Amino acid sequence: MKFGIVVFPGSNCDHDVYHVAKHVLGHEAAFLWHKDTTFAGVDCVVLPGGFAHGDYLRAGAIARFSPIMKAVEAFAARGGLVFGICNGFQVLAEAGLLPGALVKNAGLKYVCRDVYVRAERQDTPYTSRIKQGTVLRIPIGHGEGCYYAPEEGLQELEEKRQVVFRYCDESGQVTTGSNPNGSLRAIAGICNARGNVLGMMPHPDRCAEEVLGNAQGRRIFDSIVYAWEQARRQRI
Amino acid sequence: MEPSVTRDLALAHGLTAEEYDRAVQALGRTPTYAELGIFSVMWSEHCSYKSSRVHLKKLPTEGRRLIQGPGENAGVVAIGDGIAAVFKMESHNHPSYVEPYQGAATGVGGILRDIFTMGARPIASLNSLRFGSLEHPRTRYLVGGVVSGIAGYGNSIGVPTVGGEIYFHPSYNGNILVNVFSLGIARLEKIHKGTASGPGNPVIYAGSKTGRDGIHGASLLASSEFDAASESKRPTVQVGDPFTEKLLLEACLEVMKSPGVVVGIQDMGAAGLTCSTVEMAARAGTGMEIDLDKVPLREEGMTPYEILLSESQERMLLVATPQTERRVREVFAKWDLDASVVGRVTDTGRVRVFFKGHQVADVPAHALVDDAPRYRRPSARPSWQEALANLDRDVIKDIEDGTKTLQALSTSLNLCSREEVYTEYDHMVRSNTVVRPGSDAAVIRLKGTKVALALTVDCNARYCYLDPAEGARLAVAEAARNLACAGAWPLGTTDCLNFGNPEKPEVMWQFERAIEGIADACRVLDAPIVGGNVSFYNETEGKGIHPTPTIAMVGFLEDVKGALTQWFRKEGDLVFLLGEPAGSLAGSEYLALLHGLEAGRPQPVDLAREKALHDLVRAVRDSGLVVSAHDCSEGGLAFALLECCITAPGAAVGAGINLEGKGRLDEILFGEAPTRVIVSAPPEARARLEQKAHAASVPVHLMGTVGGSRLTVVAGGDRVIDLEIAPARAAWRAALAGHLKS
Repeated sequence: MKFGIVVFPGSNCDHDVYHVAKHVLGHEAAFLWHKDTTFAGVDCVVLPGGFAHGDYLRAGAIARFSPIMKAVEAFAARGGLVFGICNGFQVLAEAGLLPGALVKNAGLKYVCRDVYVRAERQDTPYTSRIKQGTVLRIPIGHGEGCYYAPEEGLQELEEKRQVVFRYCDESGQVTTGSNPNGSLRAIAGICNARGNVLGMMPHPDRCAEEVLGNAQGRRIFDSIVYAWEQARRQRI
Repeated sequence: MEPSVTRDLALAHGLTAEEYDRAVQALGRTPTYAELGIFSVMWSEHCSYKSSRVHLKKLPTEGRRLIQGPGENAGVVAIGDGIAAVFKMESHNHPSYVEPYQGAATGVGGILRDIFTMGARPIASLNSLRFGSLEHPRTRYLVGGVVSGIAGYGNSIGVPTVGGEIYFHPSYNGNILVNVFSLGIARLEKIHKGTASGPGNPVIYAGSKTGRDGIHGASLLASSEFDAASESKRPTVQVGDPFTEKLLLEACLEVMKSPGVVVGIQDMGAAGLTCSTVEMAARAGTGMEIDLDKVPLREEGMTPYEILLSESQERMLLVATPQTERRVREVFAKWDLDASVVGRVTDTGRVRVFFKGHQVADVPAHALVDDAPRYRRPSARPSWQEALANLDRDVIKDIEDGTKTLQALSTSLNLCSREEVYTEYDHMVRSNTVVRPGSDAAVIRLKGTKVALALTVDCNARYCYLDPAEGARLAVAEAARNLACAGAWPLGTTDCLNFGNPEKPEVMWQFERAIEGIADACRVLDAPIVGGNVSFYNETEGKGIHPTPTIAMVGFLEDVKGALTQWFRKEGDLVFLLGEPAGSLAGSEYLALLHGLEAGRPQPVDLAREKALHDLVRAVRDSGLVVSAHDCSEGGLAFALLECCITAPGAAVGAGINLEGKGRLDEILFGEAPTRVIVSAPPEARARLEQKAHAASVPVHLMGTVGGSRLTVVAGGDRVIDLEIAPARAAWRAALAGHLKS
């Protein structure tokens, strides 16, 4: 399959995602320039981590206006896989492709360290190879990763089972101490109602190889590939 | 109206009367106001190294892998397969004291530009920080500002900060140190240099617009002592914009991708446009004509003097060819950056500057750089130095409770965990970080290869204060030992020499001795100097800092899988000390913390034995005999053992240790000495490990076994330490946040 990685000015993890897609998974990967208005032949669009346009205003607030975002929206509307990691999640929230907002961490500081997340459902393309309740260790690196939505919004998310990852401790318990940024309901990652768009603050791209001491993030990428292959078989 | 140039005006610019005469002589006339500005910055201590140059020559700068030594924007070392490691360290001390966030941030920005100017993509940064005591009213504010500044810039531009060091000492109360290091990777054929060759070639200005910020930032702020009025110099601190730098980074690397597009390139850092034009022309033996009307400006009404001396950040000067000029402009336009042809290379050897049709400066490039003043300043051993060496151990009361002392040390400001700080730095972006901050050296892999690089930065300034030559030798030895403990051998060294006022003979003496020590140690340990930086005038109101020659070293691992970490890994593994157990109280952290004493002569390092130890650690790593290795430095043997137990990112593990030592308990447990490494190994490896150590003439002592939930130490038959690991770890981790809470 082919991953298309959007490069905003200020994207920092574009090369990391490219490396995972191409050299770790052995699939195709291409960069999509933010000023382009179209792209073709891509099976999964990834919005990578970084500080798009410097994020001096609010993370993702300017990137959502990049020309490429219209094409990304159209792609998502057709059911295409759109995966936002960290800054990519912030852009998706600003663009309205995912509900809610990412605000400053409760501790007011940037935090870079490993956290644990619990997979809340298996029936998404991003968790197709991860059993519900599985705990993954994945690093975070962000200053604005506190998930916020009004109470009704949170309830709707829960009812529609859109919370895909929740911060937890090593044993899978959601506790105050296991939430690194004060996210409401310990939300680490959500999808849209249809399940084809996912945003998450932790970085599976930073833990997809044993040489880095942790390959658990690879399971998310493997899930994407598996889901895509399943879908292709069904089409054939 | 521009002021008319007089000798008094020259003095106000920081030139001496003799230097002014020398400038007049070089020109053959009285300088214009703009020219006076040019001479004053180019001949400032910061830009000219006028007090240090004669001594820096003594440093070893040759090595079989060295491609580029000192003199360029950064050093270059070949690491095989046509790949080069490009690295350098610089100081940003005074700006960071005046305005900690922006001072530290622009320090990071500056060192990153030095790396990508060479055509290399920065892939890792380090920093070495020194702050005053917590009793000083500014310390907490400075720590917060500096750390956030480094994080704000480094995180945003996407270069991981993978390691560093922080120490607190009252000698830095009025003069903190912010030393920043960065490392990049390039294909050898893509290395670019700062030369303006080819008369007729266009000179292109790229990046941020020029404003009035930072005028005299490097030249005056960093080249004179501090006083009460220094805070009013805040406007001379530049303001960083990491986003623009990120664009500049990508644009520069893109334009340097195909060979021949860029003839030469240099960033505009200290002394801005002046320094880059003059240095690029001087290196190539050419000249330049620059039209200031073409320089993109941020504000109206800027004078030629201001444009030439501005230290606005995120700017580059490139020399292209008439054929490639368009390509350069296209790439910068793609990244939404200004790129404007501001002049041409000439063959006159002079830099001529025009503004609104008039010539405002006409200076000889060569004279400004190569004929800059050089001083062999008087040096004299400080009168108080000898007395410092006296340490009467008999008046120092030995400890009664080893456990309590260890708890006190491990939660002290200088020895507690740095996690509170390094988790604010993105240390994982670019997904290469194999060993994260918190071990002896950080290790990063190079994608697409099997190899990895190890990075460390070290300096025990107390040792340097007590004995500058020995202290410097010890700093280099520790850096190399840290690399060995990661399984790496040294590729090269970059230093940041932070000292007081060089016009004081005592400071010059410290400086000369430190250079001597660095030279010795780098030679024996085969770690040549590839470049670095001198920072003088680290004084406030006449009080100098401890001499602090910071040493950053880059090491090489043939196989990333051989990377070692410092923590114990497995219950039942045996714990060995490689090296002599005896430590000394002289200059120790224990003596300073618990007895308020900085005295004695630090235990000297035998460099040949040190080298033998490093070779042994690498050899036993290669044959898979050891699973961890930890340098035993500040805090002595007991603290190093505790670190082996509590620094693992996963679960902590205890150990049972039996020391044979006799004599003072504080010396056995907390005495310090070089040439000591703690390793852990599976029991079945014991015979071969001991055999290899004997063959290498390195002492080896079996000290105990890994396991359990406590660290217990028996010395001379008595149980002297008994500490439960989990709470000790929690206290060590939480301590820094507690200290910094106001």
